[in-house]
Amino acid sequence: MAADTQANPIARWVERLGRGTVRAVEELGYHAALLAESLYWIAWGARRRQSVRFADTVLEMMEVGIRALPIVAVLSLAIGVMLAIQGIHTLKTFGAESQVVVGIALSVTREFAPLIVAILVAGRSGSALAARIGTMQIGQEIDALRVIGVSPVRFLVAPALLAMLIMMPALTFCADVMGIMGGALYSAADLGLDIGTYLDRTRDALDVEDVMQGLVKSLVFAVLITLIGTANGFAVSGGAQGVGRATTRSVVLSITAIVIADMIFTWFLSR
Amino acid sequence: MSAAADNAERTPVIEVEDLHVRYGSRDILRDVNLTVYQGEILVIMGGSGSGKSTFLRYLLGLHRPVGGSIKLLGRDITRLKSQELYELRRKIGMSFQGGALFNSMSVGENVRLPLREHTRLDENTMRIMSRLKLEVVDLAHAEDLMPAQLSGGMVKRAALARAIVMDPRLLFFDEPSAGLDPVVSAELDELILRLRDTMHMTIVVVTHELDSAFKIADRITFLDRGRILMTGSVAEVRASDDPRIQNLLNRRPEARVRDPDEYLRRLTGREPRPSA
Ligand SMILES: Nc1ncnc2c1ncn2[C@@H]1O[C@H](COP(=O)(O)OP(=O)(O)O)[C@@H](O)[C@H]1O
Ligand SMILES: [Mg+2]
Repeated sequence: MAADTQANPIARWVERLGRGTVRAVEELGYHAALLAESLYWIAWGARRRQSVRFADTVLEMMEVGIRALPIVAVLSLAIGVMLAIQGIHTLKTFGAESQVVVGIALSVTREFAPLIVAILVAGRSGSALAARIGTMQIGQEIDALRVIGVSPVRFLVAPALLAMLIMMPALTFCADVMGIMGGALYSAADLGLDIGTYLDRTRDALDVEDVMQGLVKSLVFAVLITLIGTANGFAVSGGAQGVGRATTRSVVLSITAIVIADMIFTWFLSR
Repeated sequence: MSAAADNAERTPVIEVEDLHVRYGSRDILRDVNLTVYQGEILVIMGGSGSGKSTFLRYLLGLHRPVGGSIKLLGRDITRLKSQELYELRRKIGMSFQGGALFNSMSVGENVRLPLREHTRLDENTMRIMSRLKLEVVDLAHAEDLMPAQLSGGMVKRAALARAIVMDPRLLFFDEPSAGLDPVVSAELDELILRLRDTMHMTIVVVTHELDSAFKIADRITFLDRGRILMTGSVAEVRASDDPRIQNLLNRRPEARVRDPDEYLRRLTGREPRPSA
């Protein structure tokens, strides 16, 4: 049997595909279990006298949110400017360049702000989460937690998840504001559009739903980044190299998951 | 301590029956039976790779075995729900081979973590309790150091302080003397003996150091390739005529079994072709 499958390349390929599928399904199940357990601790931990540690959550919020603020501001300002350049250039052919305001308002709040924040946080914090948990795994610190009678999920995943769920929408909202500001600044320079007028028109163009759509997306991204980062950290084996591999893998997987989730979201919401 | 003689009247704290452990398709532990009694120091010995650390991990319930049962303090940990297992673990301490101190916390915080998680003591009491334990392992001066600043012996002692801070009834210790100089490792041996005598803990120590084993053990269990060769008092072990145990005791290398197929497979990395 074994010799057969080894000899036949098609059989070998099918076997590999099968194994890959099984592993992917297993991994998905593991992520779901991690999420369920984290939410359980967040919701019922206090009642069982095992609450999620407040101090850790605050630290994590500083790391995920506050420290990322400057770079989020710069990136989203740049994106606002970029959208304005493109928009004005395209709309000029129709003589409708003042419509750029609506275009920027919608694409920043619905798409660009949540996406850019998620990619940034995946690179900064998702990878850090994977590296930290991975290092703890190879140093047997995870086992030590379990032996002490502390759930690693409550201790490590739940605070990270909570921090991400709070800070990602906050960052996304900042990115909304900065992106629109970028558009306003460039439009003022290029079209001589008054910034006050620009902001008024933005307010007219935007529904609450547009902003909410972006914020809800950012919640989904927060869950994806946390789960992928921590799951890859827990899965580390094989020393420092393993930690490096897990870190890279978590960033690549997170960004892939974010973009695909975003696509699915947009498809549903624009029907 | 007279060991095996009065086992009958003593309470068993660990009861392992027919433990079977495998990684993938490889048997790592097979037919392991062992009873450890209240207040004794049991030393698990064996060559490197014989399955000692794995055995300890299963005794702690970190994984579920393929077969067999493990009773700790009367409860079968292979059948407990994970929440019950977490509860039970509060009565158990473990010092890992590499210490496994939390690198992001100071030594003092490491030792206080179990108190912080499982008790409602106020900060001051916790501080005093952790200092008491650090005093036991002679590390009171290192309370505010970070794990990265400690020497190998200090890491082991800090890990021990963390393991005993909840006054566990059962203490596991993986390789207390590995990587330490003889003086420091002798000190650790003394410390282990003191813990048994003053705190009446039941202690299971894994080691491959003969001198250390003979010094601290009430009984010794020999593991070899995942099976128990024998369990007995120090005198019984010394008197054993099992050639493998004698090899270990006299530090003789094992005569290696040469299987030509296996040898070929190792060299070529392939299954040998059926000769037919
Ligand atoms: N996570 C693992 N996956 C696969 N094999 C393992 C794993 N951990 C240990 N082993 C194997 O189990 C055997 C026993 O290992 P271990 O318990 O660490 O031995 P010891 O502590 O006696 O040196 C070794 O052959 C080792 O290769
Ligand atoms: Mg070992």
